[in-house]
Amino acid sequence: MEAITTVNSNEKIWSGGNEPMGANYGKLMMWFFIVSDALTFSGFLASYGFSRFKFIETWPLADEVFTHFPFLHGVSAPMYYVALMTFILIFSSVTMVLAVDAGHHMNRMKVAFYMLLTIIGGLIFVGSQAWEWKNFIKGEYGAIETKGGSLLQFVDNTGKRVKISEFAATLPEAREQLDRSKGTWFTEETTLPTYSVEEIQAGFKAHPELLIRTERIYQDSDADKKDARLQPGLNKRKHKEILTRSESEVMLGNAKYVVEGANLKRNEYGSRLFADFFFFITGFHGFHVFSGVIINVIIFFNILLGTYDKRKNYEMVEKVGLYWHFVDLVWVFVFTFFYLV
Amino acid sequence: MSHDHVHVSNTKRIWFVFGLLSIITIVEVILGIIKPESLYMRNFLSMNLLNWIFIILTLVKAYYIIWAFMHMEGERASLRWAVVSSVVFLVLYLLFILLVEADYIYEVFRTSTIKWNF
Repeated sequence: MEAITTVNSNEKIWSGGNEPMGANYGKLMMWFFIVSDALTFSGFLASYGFSRFKFIETWPLADEVFTHFPFLHGVSAPMYYVALMTFILIFSSVTMVLAVDAGHHMNRMKVAFYMLLTIIGGLIFVGSQAWEWKNFIKGEYGAIETKGGSLLQFVDNTGKRVKISEFAATLPEAREQLDRSKGTWFTEETTLPTYSVEEIQAGFKAHPELLIRTERIYQDSDADKKDARLQPGLNKRKHKEILTRSESEVMLGNAKYVVEGANLKRNEYGSRLFADFFFFITGFHGFHVFSGVIINVIIFFNILLGTYDKRKNYEMVEKVGLYWHFVDLVWVFVFTFFYLV
Repeated sequence: MSHDHVHVSNTKRIWFVFGLLSIITIVEVILGIIKPESLYMRNFLSMNLLNWIFIILTLVKAYYIIWAFMHMEGERASLRWAVVSSVVFLVLYLLFILLVEADYIYEVFRTSTIKWNF
């Protein structure tokens, strides 16, 4: 292959051996794949931006949603965990590029060692993402959805969030879950929330210190300052609006559903689209990481078997390395647009 | 194949880039947690300064990942342009269309009689 020279011989141009742009076939195709995948992710993130700009006044605030850290129960730790995940992924990128570097020196054991570290980093990242999803799905405070589809959360008279389990009354009218064993024709329904709307309303009545926080973000404009519906003293700029007690009671009268945690239909954090995009984009990225880990495992065994020593080059490591760095690159953007901005 | 010349080890540069990416991430997280009033409440081109900083730092990180880790700096200019310019152009185009449209829909919800929140 190397013997073919295309200089001054036009007949040979189409007979193979050319390397357009100085990259061999596999590497060039990996770059083209990355371009198309980058555009796919851009499409997702741009549509996230679309929905966010559309509901800019009511979009959930990320630092109120992602506040969990392992072994720190009840402590609000916004972003620490996702920062840790970012580090893990960047570090696994570093071990990957070190593997590529060792491959250039044909150092088999070193390549294998760094590939193993990369695989472990990838697995830790996927596991962290599963944990993040678990917290997101389980939720913490619970909320109420009104007939109009807006979401109501509960705070006390200092503006601190209150869980619905802390005040919900227990009423005797508890409804039984319909499942396949009780249904006439194997009919079933989705899991009922722990509390009914009536129980929340009764509990709210019994706790006069409770107030309702709406989805709308307080802007401190002149219209906002004059708004008599808002509780004086509690509303801060770029925080969610808190209603007065009498207005809270009116709003709660419109309650339709109790929302606990998140699913694809509704979530306790706010806009329904927020959870949909979260599941879709982080899920799609997590799927990329997972496939990356599997590809890395295959390459790892090939290294151990000496496949690339026989080939006399470790270019395959370089190609999967490109994919792995791309996954890291996507995460950098997901991190910014989901958690920071 | 491009392996005729002897490869110099560039582990030093790799660790330098890792340090840089880590520092940028730490700065982003600290800013995200404390949200300084002077940045968060002040706007430039209808976006607050804090978000501008986040986006610029993200682009810096992206540059170093692509150039150092993906070794774009070692590729030919034609490959660099083929990959980077097409992505940058299409992403800007996409963002322009979608975000402008979304802002228009927001205005419609806000100022006209169509309401979703009751």
